Amino acid sequence: MKMPKIHFGYLTLFVALLFAPFIVYPVLMMKVMCFALFACAFNLLLGYTGLLSFGHAVFLGTGAYVTGHVLKEWGWPTELGLLAGTLSASVLGLVIGALAIRRQGIYFAMVTLALAQMVYFLFVQAPFTGGEDGLQGIPRGTLLGVVDLADDQSLYYFVLAICVGAFWLIHRTIHSPFGQILKAVRENEARVVSLGFDVAKYKLVAFVLSATLAGLAGATKVLVFKFATLTDAHWHTSGEVVLMTLLGGMGTAFGPVVGAGVIISLQSELADKVGSLVTVIMGGIFVVCVLAFRRGIVGEASALYQRITGR
Amino acid sequence: MSVSLCEHVRMRSARQDDFILTTNNLTKEFKGFVAVNAVGLKVRRGEIHALIGPNGAGKTTCFNLLTKFLEPTHGTIHFNGIDITHEKSAQIARRGVVRSFQISAVFPHLSVLENVRIALQRGLGTSFHFWKSERTLEVLNERAMSLLTDVGLQEYAQMIAVEMPYGRKRALEIATTLALEPELMLLDEPTQGMGHEDVERVMQLIKKVSANRTILMVEHNMKVVAGISDTITVLARGAVLAEGDYATVAADPQVIEAYMGTEQTEAVAH
Ligand SMILES: Nc1ncnc2c1ncn2[C@@H]1O[C@H](COP(=O)(O)OP(=O)(O)OP(=O)(O)O)[C@@H](O)[C@H]1O
Ligand SMILES: [Mg+2]
Repeated sequence: MKMPKIHFGYLTLFVALLFAPFIVYPVLMMKVMCFALFACAFNLLLGYTGLLSFGHAVFLGTGAYVTGHVLKEWGWPTELGLLAGTLSASVLGLVIGALAIRRQGIYFAMVTLALAQMVYFLFVQAPFTGGEDGLQGIPRGTLLGVVDLADDQSLYYFVLAICVGAFWLIHRTIHSPFGQILKAVRENEARVVSLGFDVAKYKLVAFVLSATLAGLAGATKVLVFKFATLTDAHWHTSGEVVLMTLLGGMGTAFGPVVGAGVIISLQSELADKVGSLVTVIMGGIFVVCVLAFRRGIVGEASALYQRITGR
Repeated sequence: MSVSLCEHVRMRSARQDDFILTTNNLTKEFKGFVAVNAVGLKVRRGEIHALIGPNGAGKTTCFNLLTKFLEPTHGTIHFNGIDITHEKSAQIARRGVVRSFQISAVFPHLSVLENVRIALQRGLGTSFHFWKSERTLEVLNERAMSLLTDVGLQEYAQMIAVEMPYGRKRALEIATTLALEPELMLLDEPTQGMGHEDVERVMQLIKKVSANRTILMVEHNMKVVAGISDTITVLARGAVLAEGDYATVAADPQVIEAYMGTEQTEAVAH
């Protein structure tokens, strides 16, 4: 009874997204989609495995830099560029994940932060990232050598396809045999161990999946903006994705999308009106979210819905 | 299956020194405090073996050592003659030593059926398949339901675990543990915090599931201990104080003294 309704909701949204670029500025829409993907990837760890990574921006940044570099300097085709950025994030995810999952709770968060900061420092120093200037003027190229992605409308549908595909993969993962074990780990890790599962391996696979999708978000973002900068890999961005996920509702499939939508639109609306005060406003939202509605927008809404229909 | 008396007697005598689990000099120190002190435990195959002792005696710590949730400071652990002292928790579980926890350990936000299915999933070998639908797990439902029926939870299958009363959660834990068909089941206070009827039900359940396996359980409720255990080991301050059947142990002056001591402190505490 609940499932068809949800499917209907997704379908409506999909149709809306198909027509959105005729109404809303497509670049803003694409930015929202990239961050929505990033937040969904993050939520796979926090919401469904119970792991708080505080260095996730480094995967976004890696995806962005690698894709930007191979497109600009090596002239790779767009598809290969995206693949290179995404896979680099997977490899980095494997390394950081393998080191971090030995620790629990707050220590896990600290190890991810520390390792991400180390990689960030590398990005500052390494010549291929362009340091403080970043990589500018990255070509979008063409899709399969046919569709010119320089056109915002065409790129929009390409980005939409990527995000829908990734969202489907996340949905599949959550509702898979593997996803069941992840949820069990989130609920009671010791019990899963006592049932004979090597929990560390499950966490690592989840971490790599999450890093990969975060890398894909970064790689896609580079196509949208045609540049990659240190901001993508900065810990501020790691914090932002936590905020998006909590605001939208962690552990809900769609919460991070809503969270990303709200935060990105607020930022773009407020940026020229209040300037740097936007940081304070974001902080305020965070506090309200944590204090007043912990389940996030989607979590609270569905709880409300259940209360109404339950009676 | 009918076993002749003669055979039965022979099996019984063979069992006398057929130990499924043995520990030697098992010791755990926490920063100088010795929680488990040179424990030599011998659990006979097929028995219900109770581990009792006053609060803080080291029973749970002992369980944590046996299942490697804690690393022993000294000593060895053998299961079926194999040295498992240096194996990992999950590995020991896969050998057939499965434990429960003192505080209820269900997966609260999964359904009762899903709880049992998690344990059954290992046998399917698809636990890493993130690209498959969870519908592929439905082949396990029948087995899961039959386990739930064994513990009397069949009507609760679709309920979210957290919504069940406490006693039922403990029963669910037993069903989940049984799903792995463990050779040796370690139960840490299976009847703790239960009402009278629940205690009786869980006691019968343990008796029932002990049919073709060995059970080592920590238990405070003396009615349960006296009712179903074959051998009892008494721990006090980390060390073995006495061992034997209920009559032997209950008559031991040292045991009486150890328990008198705590009964008084408990009376004060409550
Ligand atoms: N991780 C730990 N660090 C330090 N001390 C510990 C630790 N775990 C247990 N202890 C101590 O070891 C002693 C034995 O604890 P344990 O939990 O094994 O007792 P128990 O026999 O299970 O008691 P109860 O009947 O209350 O469950 C206690 O004094 C406890 O405080
Ligand atoms: Mg205990």
